[in-house]
Amino acid sequence: MITLDNIHKSFGDNHVLRGVDLHVARGTSMVIIGGSGTGKSIAIKTILGLVTPEKGTITVDGQDVSQTGDRDAFLARFGMLFQGAALFDSLPVWQNVAFRLLRGSLARPKEEAHEIAIEKLRRVGLTPDVADRLPAELSGGMQKRVGLARAIAAEPEIIFFDEPTTGLDPIMAGVINDLIREIVTEMGATTMTITHDMTSVRTIADNVAMLHGGKIRWTGPVADIDGATDPYVDQFIHGRAEGPIETVR
Amino acid sequence: MSWIAALGRAALGLLAAMGRVAMFFGTSVTHLLRPPFYPRELALALLNIGWLSLPVVGLTAIFTGGALALQIYAGGARFNAEAVVPQIVAIGMVRELGPVLVGLMIAARVTSSIAAEIATMKVTEQIDALVTLSTHPMKYLTVPRVLAATLVVPLLVAVGDVIGIFGGYAVATGTLGFNAAAYIQNTVDFLQMRDITSSLVKGAVFGCIAALMGCYFGMNSGRGAQGVGRATKGSVEAAAVLILAANFVLTGVFFSV
Repeated sequence: MITLDNIHKSFGDNHVLRGVDLHVARGTSMVIIGGSGTGKSIAIKTILGLVTPEKGTITVDGQDVSQTGDRDAFLARFGMLFQGAALFDSLPVWQNVAFRLLRGSLARPKEEAHEIAIEKLRRVGLTPDVADRLPAELSGGMQKRVGLARAIAAEPEIIFFDEPTTGLDPIMAGVINDLIREIVTEMGATTMTITHDMTSVRTIADNVAMLHGGKIRWTGPVADIDGATDPYVDQFIHGRAEGPIETVR
Repeated sequence: MSWIAALGRAALGLLAAMGRVAMFFGTSVTHLLRPPFYPRELALALLNIGWLSLPVVGLTAIFTGGALALQIYAGGARFNAEAVVPQIVAIGMVRELGPVLVGLMIAARVTSSIAAEIATMKVTEQIDALVTLSTHPMKYLTVPRVLAATLVVPLLVAVGDVIGIFGGYAVATGTLGFNAAAYIQNTVDFLQMRDITSSLVKGAVFGCIAALMGCYFGMNSGRGAQGVGRATKGSVEAAAVLILAANFVLTGVFFSV
């Protein structure tokens, strides 16, 4: 469904992506792991067109994403949970969740959008009284849940999760991981998740890819990751300070 | 010769920056003309830029008008021209001080606020989130603010002109012994339509510059708190300088003989 072929991206002298090849099959959950600053978020942003690669092609259902005529319709297929939730400060929670449903090609009447927002908030474990609050009035965990509700509000085919558990306590991280897994299974969506958290990997992933040195170092089913012989994967999943991955970057 | 090279680099850098701002403005205009439109965002921007700026504009204008009356009276007394206070206050406020001071106050209050808000949105990935939610940041953030400022700052200038003249009137009639009816009559008789038109046109141009600089620096801010700080500072500096430069050009257009 999503294919990245030889993707390159640099920022000045920093060659972040040096030929990323990756395929994500429809209805599967791909988790990308790798150290900080290895370009995991950039890889996802290239698919959405937030970052333009210098070289290579990205296709979704065989269509080159750089050739999409109707950008609104293309982006309507995607949902994304950002690392810091990226909620709009000036809007109440329900309008954040229903943002896409209040404007553009997926616009619905305001009452219907409000109802959907409340339902999605319930789905992520938040009560309707949260709906009229501003994002700044919520805890980090609640903001992540609102971000998750926003990502699934329009029931997209493809959902990206950028470090969904970063900054959360282990219990809240577990709650978010379970929610993501449940939602992915329920909706049958194709998902890509970026994380450093091996608990998240084991909960969320069908397949795992490790990004290192600007390339996909290893990819395979999550069940195979513990048996992977690649020393980079072995060091990463066991969190060892010693190994081929430099610890001072 | 290194100073020539440095001068050349600075000139090229300035030209490149002007080009980027011009392209940003051009892109804003093209988005202004094409749907979707965001009337709620426009209404909020009108409220924030217009209504909520009234107190600071009013206070600035009344003190300036009062001080201007005192200065003209004291200066005029040197050559027995104290009687021209109403005329000079009116022309000074409407042609120059009203639009320029309102423009600078808007740069301080609105440009900084827009730049800081948009830069923070960029740093916290809210701009990226807008894109993923099929909403163009230029349409949603820039167009409503620039349009609102262009529409509402002339009204603020008009209010500032009236309050500034009133400030001069209050000082002149309260402490300098001017007759109230004669003061108003002199003010009305002396002002021409060209004075008022120039004031409103300047207001529209200054409002556009103020909002445009806030949006431009916000959208192009660097990372982190330092990036937000630099964007805010740069936006106010650029807006203030451009407003003063535009004032010079517009004054030449309207009043050069």
